[in-house]
Amino acid sequence: MIERIAYLWPEIVLFIGACATMLIGLSPALAVRRQTGLVCAVTLLIAAAVGVATPAAPAWAILPGLMPFAKPLIAIIGLLLLLVISGTVDRDEEAAIEAGRPFNPLRTTRAEFYSFFLFSLMGAMLCSTAGDLIWLFLALELTSLPTYVMVVLSGRGRHGFNRSQEAGVKYFFLGALGAAIFLYGFALLYGGTGTTKFVEMSHHFAAHGVSPIALTGMVLAILGVSFKIAAVPMHFYTADVYQGASSGMAAFLAFVPKTAGMISIMVLVSTLGWRGADHTLPHVVDSLLWAIAVLTMTVGNVLATLQSSVKRMLAYSSIAHSGYMLVGILVGPGGGTFASNGLAAVMFYLLCYGVMNTGAFAVIASLERDSRGETAEVEEIGDLRGLCRTRPLLGWSLVLCMLSLLGFPPILGFFGKVPLFTSALGSGRVTLVVFLGLNSAIAAYYYLRVVAAAMLEPPAGAPIRDAGVPSRSVGAFLAAAGVVVLALLGNTLMGASERAAETRGVEIGHEAEPATHGAHADAPVPEAGEALSLRLH
Amino acid sequence: MTLALLMLVPLLTALVVLCAPASRARLVALTGTLLALVIAGFALMAFDWNYSAHPGQLGLSLAWLPKLGLNFALGVDSIALWLIALTALLGPLCVLGSWTAITENQRTFFAWLLVLQAAMTGVFAARDLVLFYICFEFTLIPMYVLISVFGSTNRRKAAIKFFLFTFTGSLIALAGLLYVVWFTKRYSGAWSFDIAILTDWAHRMSGPEQGLVLLAMLAGFAVKVPLFPVHTWLPLAHTEAPTAGSVILAGVLLKLGTYAIYRFVLPFAPAAVVAYAPAIAVLCIIGIIYAGLICWVQTDVKKLVAYSSVSHLGFCVLGLVALNSVGLTGSVLYMINHGLSTGALFFLVGFMYERYHTRSMRELGGLASKMPIWATFMVFFAMASVGLPGLNGFVSEFLCMLGTFQADKSWGSGMPGATWGVLGPWFAAFAATGVIIAAMYLLYMVGRMCFGPLVEPGGHGGHGAHAGHSGHAAHEPEGALPADLTAREVGVLLPLAALCLGLGLFPTPLMNSIAEPISQTVRLVQAASGGVSPVEHAASDETVPVLAEVSR
Repeated sequence: MIERIAYLWPEIVLFIGACATMLIGLSPALAVRRQTGLVCAVTLLIAAAVGVATPAAPAWAILPGLMPFAKPLIAIIGLLLLLVISGTVDRDEEAAIEAGRPFNPLRTTRAEFYSFFLFSLMGAMLCSTAGDLIWLFLALELTSLPTYVMVVLSGRGRHGFNRSQEAGVKYFFLGALGAAIFLYGFALLYGGTGTTKFVEMSHHFAAHGVSPIALTGMVLAILGVSFKIAAVPMHFYTADVYQGASSGMAAFLAFVPKTAGMISIMVLVSTLGWRGADHTLPHVVDSLLWAIAVLTMTVGNVLATLQSSVKRMLAYSSIAHSGYMLVGILVGPGGGTFASNGLAAVMFYLLCYGVMNTGAFAVIASLERDSRGETAEVEEIGDLRGLCRTRPLLGWSLVLCMLSLLGFPPILGFFGKVPLFTSALGSGRVTLVVFLGLNSAIAAYYYLRVVAAAMLEPPAGAPIRDAGVPSRSVGAFLAAAGVVVLALLGNTLMGASERAAETRGVEIGHEAEPATHGAHADAPVPEAGEALSLRLH
Repeated sequence: MTLALLMLVPLLTALVVLCAPASRARLVALTGTLLALVIAGFALMAFDWNYSAHPGQLGLSLAWLPKLGLNFALGVDSIALWLIALTALLGPLCVLGSWTAITENQRTFFAWLLVLQAAMTGVFAARDLVLFYICFEFTLIPMYVLISVFGSTNRRKAAIKFFLFTFTGSLIALAGLLYVVWFTKRYSGAWSFDIAILTDWAHRMSGPEQGLVLLAMLAGFAVKVPLFPVHTWLPLAHTEAPTAGSVILAGVLLKLGTYAIYRFVLPFAPAAVVAYAPAIAVLCIIGIIYAGLICWVQTDVKKLVAYSSVSHLGFCVLGLVALNSVGLTGSVLYMINHGLSTGALFFLVGFMYERYHTRSMRELGGLASKMPIWATFMVFFAMASVGLPGLNGFVSEFLCMLGTFQADKSWGSGMPGATWGVLGPWFAAFAATGVIIAAMYLLYMVGRMCFGPLVEPGGHGGHGAHAGHSGHAAHEPEGALPADLTAREVGVLLPLAALCLGLGLFPTPLMNSIAEPISQTVRLVQAASGGVSPVEHAASDETVPVLAEVSR
């Protein structure tokens, strides 16, 4: 156990940061209390730096390269999320204190909110460190539990608070249901294999095949975790919760639990391995993931076209994006090049998705309007009309992020989607590619509505104004710059995501000698695991 | 490097346009497009015509995302170069043609127009499949903005329909293209998006694979052309688009579809093309006749020209699926000629619309007495479009049909000049009715618009130039246009007219310059589909210069 400390430094940093935030946030002095965001940012920066240096390929990890990619990814996108989420809590309270009311530590939620923010990110990181079922369960719960509270805290004003409370309760109960399902699955997995450790499980599956009990456990685990990634059939909460939570919080929900869930599913199915002549998961799991992927993207996209609320639309779009990513998991590590590696495609897509989706929410969070006599968030797509004219920077950021979400070339989202396409084609899944293509086409309809409203239509409707939190606009600009710049410089990140997706038993990374890969892929699992070489650049 | 400049110059000009004061926008745009035209002229000179089939001339290659196999690789053969030259030529003409038509948001308009030019150049210049796709898709955004901001009443719907149709189609095409890449990877071991490498391998695909790839690619490219069942976005987009948008749409954007069919569908899936050619040809013929008949009953001049595009592009694709040198030559010529003559027709309609703010033939007539210069050009370009011998339309249309006629395996094999193919006289016969229909509707339109008693919409009166002048001033405060074309407008039309005449009288140099890449493609298709003997090759290559002589 103690040797794992070497891989846990990012989490330890986050833990220290979270504790510090908790203390600072409760300080009676306003000047000190205001530093919570800064402390969070510094913590995340350190965690990202430490995360990059995480050593790879410990013997207990089923995906040995995952940590050096996933941890910095979570920390960096976490930084972006911090920009978007800041100013969510305590603004009315601070104003009241400025106006002369005495400081009441019971009425400020800043400390809880920011430390939970860090705890949740820490949970997501811990998912990538997980070497066994218990750890994975605890990590997943650590990701989710703070978010239930954060959703409730994020509401602003009386109406906003009512809605966020409703969202929080809904999110909590369904989340608990999801947790119960995957916990049951984990128990069955243990029952079927006699071990909780992923590497031992994968050896067991390789040696003895997958017993029905273990298979049932795997199916339940996947279904339960699909709550975290908002995949069909556990997607029902998404739109309501995203709408009820503040925009920054919705951005958080759309990335952090999703990343944790995606990583968990990857880890879980990696124990089964993509075996056989055509390198697929066992039939049942394969069909299950296929159905979930297709249903998720289709349901998400179709329902998104029906929305008039931009937050609900983004919620359904985030469902659809989960469907796209599941395609990569279904395909598996492929035959040795980046273009055929479905897992690498998922890793890279998580990065693209994190940037562009957070950017879209950041623009929404930067704006507000009056509703029923209270300050409320921008809600309708119509509120965004003429944004490019009234606020050119925000408007164009929104346009760029939306086009990127649509997968429009030559912006980041396109380069995220192409590896998913190529890897699915490489494994011969033509039907799946057709679904991907058609869904991307459906998606064009609703993303384009937002683009058209912001870019082409004249300003109209209820006046909107800036939310008064400059960091949110900064987050939007950074994300918009990211979707352009990363498209030009994506090669390094693609390489990193490829290393992150290395599985035990398959050697990846020799572009120069593709012919040897077939031999490696067929090698028995333990041998290859021992022979696995590290390539850290 | 030249090609990169041809993309960079419009892009940088677009940036300058955005930063320049609004009153100078059009001047900056004109300078930029003229500069691009000059560079295109240099490109034509620098091109080595002895190796006209070599696909990598004037090119460069930069690694973009090597992990994905994506290179920023440019290079042209003679066909692509001619189409780039056409694009570069239409650039300044579009700017000049929109000089007074666009009064608001000039910067936006010209910037997007320039971006569009860069993207279209990129489509023709791309030597990397993904780069091609990126440019192919990227043309949608500028066109979408041009239509939905600067279009007429129904513009929003037209723009959305245009975007969704083409975007959906090209996603399916992307899947097909990527499948080819995968096939190449599996059999050659190398993951590459290089179009030349893919062309070498793709035709080894099995029949059913080729069929699927062909259908996927056609799903994208046929929408762009557009072929019969998926053409519905085009009339709407054309009618709603601003003049320059229509000109670019007809002149170049539609050619992206036919060019892509030539560049990808024929060499990637030759056996499937042979199998599906009759079906595609039937769709073309339905489109030719059906769109022609719609033209006949049109009262909106712009819609008429738009539908005539559908009809004409049917000939263009028909020539492609004739799969012999004659047909392909005709088709490539058609791409250029249609860009010239239909582009000019859209300019003419636009100039008239600027004066009368209506396009309805019910409200207009006998304009020759009031706008003699306009009417002269109208008659000239309508004739070019109909295919009057001596003008450019004739050469290409005739070659397309001749190619179709000769492309017969059984019936024509005993005839001189008959070449291998799967179409035949019957296809040509039905397509030929399209020529007659085209003559009917274009002549009817010209007769109605130019000759007969003068009819003008209310507010213009019938008292010559001055009345038109004052009626117009209400719409445009900064100074109305004279009744007939201005020097600027004549300047837009003259180069097009000169080229129509030039290419009509002396098509041979152009035909010779594209003969080599075309015969290569034909050889590839025929060899891969296994239906040809070397003798027939020789025959098919012979016919081209002979025909050129005939057409003179």
